[in-house]
Amino acid sequence: MNRPPPSPRPKGGGDYGSPPKGGSGLLAGAALGRPGGGAGRFWLWAASLATYAFLYIPLAVVVLFSFNDSLLNAEWVGFTTRWYVKLLHDDDMLRAAANSLLIALVSSSVSTVLGAMAGLAMHRYRPRWLPFLVLTPVAMPEILLGVSLLLFFRQVLDLSLGLFSILVAHITFSIGFVAVIVRARLAGMDESIFEAARDLGATPWATFRRITLPLIMPALMAGFLMAFTLSIDDFVITFFVAGVGVNTLPLQIYSMIKVAVTPEVNAISTLLMALTLTLILAASRFAPDVLKARQ
Amino acid sequence: MALLEIRNLTRRFGTLEAVKDVSLFIEAGEFFTLLGPSGCGKTTILRMIAGFDAPDAGEILLDGVSLAGVPPERRPLHTVFQSYALFPHMTVAGNIAFPLEMAGKSALEIRRRVGETLALVHLEDKAASFPHELSGGQKQRVALARGLVNQPRLLLLDEPLGALDAKLRVEMQIELIALQREVGITFIFVTHSQQEALALSHRIAVMRDGRVEQCDEPDQLYTQPANRFVADFIGKINLIEVEVRSSSKVLLGLHATGLGEIAATDARPIAVGERGVFALRPELIRVFGHRESADLKNRFEGVVRELLYLGDVTLYKVELANGALIEALMPNAAPGRAKFHEVGDAVAVCWRHDAGVYLRN
Repeated sequence: MNRPPPSPRPKGGGDYGSPPKGGSGLLAGAALGRPGGGAGRFWLWAASLATYAFLYIPLAVVVLFSFNDSLLNAEWVGFTTRWYVKLLHDDDMLRAAANSLLIALVSSSVSTVLGAMAGLAMHRYRPRWLPFLVLTPVAMPEILLGVSLLLFFRQVLDLSLGLFSILVAHITFSIGFVAVIVRARLAGMDESIFEAARDLGATPWATFRRITLPLIMPALMAGFLMAFTLSIDDFVITFFVAGVGVNTLPLQIYSMIKVAVTPEVNAISTLLMALTLTLILAASRFAPDVLKARQ
Repeated sequence: MALLEIRNLTRRFGTLEAVKDVSLFIEAGEFFTLLGPSGCGKTTILRMIAGFDAPDAGEILLDGVSLAGVPPERRPLHTVFQSYALFPHMTVAGNIAFPLEMAGKSALEIRRRVGETLALVHLEDKAASFPHELSGGQKQRVALARGLVNQPRLLLLDEPLGALDAKLRVEMQIELIALQREVGITFIFVTHSQQEALALSHRIAVMRDGRVEQCDEPDQLYTQPANRFVADFIGKINLIEVEVRSSSKVLLGLHATGLGEIAATDARPIAVGERGVFALRPELIRVFGHRESADLKNRFEGVVRELLYLGDVTLYKVELANGALIEALMPNAAPGRAKFHEVGDAVAVCWRHDAGVYLRN
């Protein structure tokens, strides 16, 4: 019997023609490594470059104009660092920065502890409901979380809004990220080492201190840094629960651009960007799946 | 009094009975093995002895004292895990020091004992290495050293050689025997490898489906299997369906359909007419040319259908008159001789009347 000859594959490698989605940002590059024919490969590169350009050119413009010696974001006049100097003498800005740092430090510390506990519990006891409870704040639209937290603080607890309410809100949405990172770390580990520790005479607490804690330390560091970046650049939720009188950096920037996008805004945005990027890169060194967790 | 006594131990997982009413004695200084196919309950028993799992019924006594409710860290026994379970963030010396630190020993004593134990397993030069820098055999030794360093009453070993390649496994077996003799600690060893069990153990409990089928010394298990499962599980064996025709004192007359009468021995009183199986080790069968005469009671004609040359021995598969294949193992002891018969040769298989074992169904 004659078999029909296998149909030749189109030269263009049409399978890979669809451009990668823009949403995955840093991860979109993974698609580039696939084999593809000449024309298909060209379009793949073109689409990818267009995507990255779309994502990063606005950021680059902000950075560029923060060094522009002109009040207007219109044309390049000359290089200066005076906007950064001006920032240092802006009391409102400094207060907002101090608030942001304090909130980020405290909320990421607390959520690292709570998130680690949640991650350990999810790994060890595998309760069906816990991942749902822990991860919902991560997936929920920020505006919803902001509104519901505001209602909760004001209507249910009758709490006055301020630093404390912002802290609680930030802890709420950070726990899930830490938990996911810790659980991912534990999932890759040989379960029997924890039994071995008990077997060799370690109490549950000694097992945690001597074995579990050192082994999840990279995940804790990564989780802490993630929570820190999430906190320091959060706008939407903070906007709802900040009340009057307490400003964070993103809120301060927002109130400034209501008037005009001044070079000062560009400067503080550039600093914030640099800080966030540094922290994320640091976090991804501790736990490679951090970039995935952030989506 | 036995060091460890297991009394009517039962463990259920849902509807599955993983361990069914198991009772065992393990004496001090013994190398005891739980042997059986995967899923037979041997690891479950080990986990209950270690304290990671609790029995649904029955009890485990160490020196006559029940271990019920005693957490793993307070049981004077250690486990060597199949995956070794070395702590990846500690050095070899750190791993071995761990049980001593947990026991609250002084820094001086810890240093001395770690040094001694490293010497015992020939790893003095690896003290500062991390587990990921070691080979499989070295990890295995570290796991053993860590289990032995605090001189437990009992060392539990869960398929510890399973992850090693064949050559290394044989070397480690020899080391294990020497080590156990040297430290004098009781070993309970779990394995699915009958060869490993026979080579290492003082006594073996053969398990199937949560029950102990037979518990005896290796040579007894091999030559006097209690039933068909044990006979088949330990080593190679020919099983011939038979009916008992006569039984007088130790002499047993068996009849195999299409084959004829088989003379055997059995000290037990056995009823005539009973059906069972005659179990015969291949190395106890002699294969002769069909014209050669042999002064043996059991002689059956057949044709060589297959032969497997194994170097020191040759395995002959001989088809008998009733169509059954019987395996015979003959040493190639004569100089320059690789085999005695060819495929297609007419031969006679013979064995002594006390060579095989009659097993009741």
